[in-house]
Amino acid sequence: MPHIELPPGLQGIRGPMAFRPETAKPLNELVEVLLRGPNSLTPGERELIATYVSYLNDCYFCQTVHGFIASAHLNEDEELVRRVKADFQHADISAKLKTLLVIAGKVQRGGKYVTAADVEEARAAGATDVEIHDTVLIAAAFCMYNRYVDGLATWQPQDEELYRERGKRTAKEGYVTVSRDYVPQATSDKVHP
Amino acid sequence: MPHINLPQELPGISAAFAFRPETAKPMRELAHVLLHEPNSLEPGERELIATYVSSLNNCYFCQTSHGAAAACHLGNSEIVTQVASDFTQAPISQKLKSLLVIAGKVQQGGKLVTEADVQAARALGATDIEIHDTVLIAAAFCMYNRYVDGLATWQPHDEAMYAPMGKHLAAHGYRTSSINANSPAGAPAADVAQAVHA
Repeated sequence: MPHIELPPGLQGIRGPMAFRPETAKPLNELVEVLLRGPNSLTPGERELIATYVSYLNDCYFCQTVHGFIASAHLNEDEELVRRVKADFQHADISAKLKTLLVIAGKVQRGGKYVTAADVEEARAAGATDVEIHDTVLIAAAFCMYNRYVDGLATWQPQDEELYRERGKRTAKEGYVTVSRDYVPQATSDKVHP
Repeated sequence: MPHINLPQELPGISAAFAFRPETAKPMRELAHVLLHEPNSLEPGERELIATYVSSLNNCYFCQTSHGAAAACHLGNSEIVTQVASDFTQAPISQKLKSLLVIAGKVQQGGKLVTEADVQAARALGATDIEIHDTVLIAAAFCMYNRYVDGLATWQPHDEAMYAPMGKHLAAHGYRTSSINANSPAGAPAADVAQAVHA
């Protein structure tokens, strides 16, 4: 049972987002820019970073829904997503993405763990400054989203089937659009005209 | 030296915000709603939660700048030091102490928050929104702290530099920069705040 009284029937982050539209708005806008905005990293690659960090933080809702959003972007390759979580060094992803996942894993433990050598490796594999920046921020942001979802003990039914179709839809339509389904818009508009 | 080529002369998160205005916008808005907009928790109390989590994450820039903002709201910098070192002995309300317990659990990991922690806060008068906001402030500072340190931003260890930043944050919130890029680092920004991230 959630620690506070959240709107019923909404899984994971949707409950607290519906509870507090004022914070839901920037939270959705941030994830939209980070994971779907124009970028030299593909949406699939960025969703893999988000999924990996959520897995390290042991957040069922986030790793499951972002895992399905990732596979929706990656030709429905759910096995690849599982592989990235279990052992990304041996997954069929680019050498560059592997170096970025190393950085993301360091950020998950704490920002100071990222070394100049980690960044040099990423650069040598072709990563740009924006890609390194976004990797650090995606990892940092999911350390927030994961704690938000688990810190309120949100409802997270452990049934993958509940997340697969939703992942496909979010991959297609985006976070801000889908959030209109469950975040009360009038309040949100009133607070942030 | 920062890990990537950030604008020079801007300390801490200001440099990362200037580098990537697209992500700065929602991050500023989130901090503004959480820490500055009207709430049954005073801005000073919310800045203390942010400062405490930043000190647990050992982020110099965030704990010093938010500590300065908290001191400004509270008119007292001694409380800020006490909260960071041992909040149980600080002259703050019992309710805020119970919320700091929750914030400290969130800093370690969301699952560590227990039903008993929440009941203790509720028994001291905490509302659902206050508990929600405490969890999200703590979670958000686990992001801001990692962002600032994960890019190895420039964080001058000069407390005097942070006082005007704290004053600006306390007065104006987070929608605009508290740093003036066109002056020596750390100069107060009040009248040119818009210029940096226009």
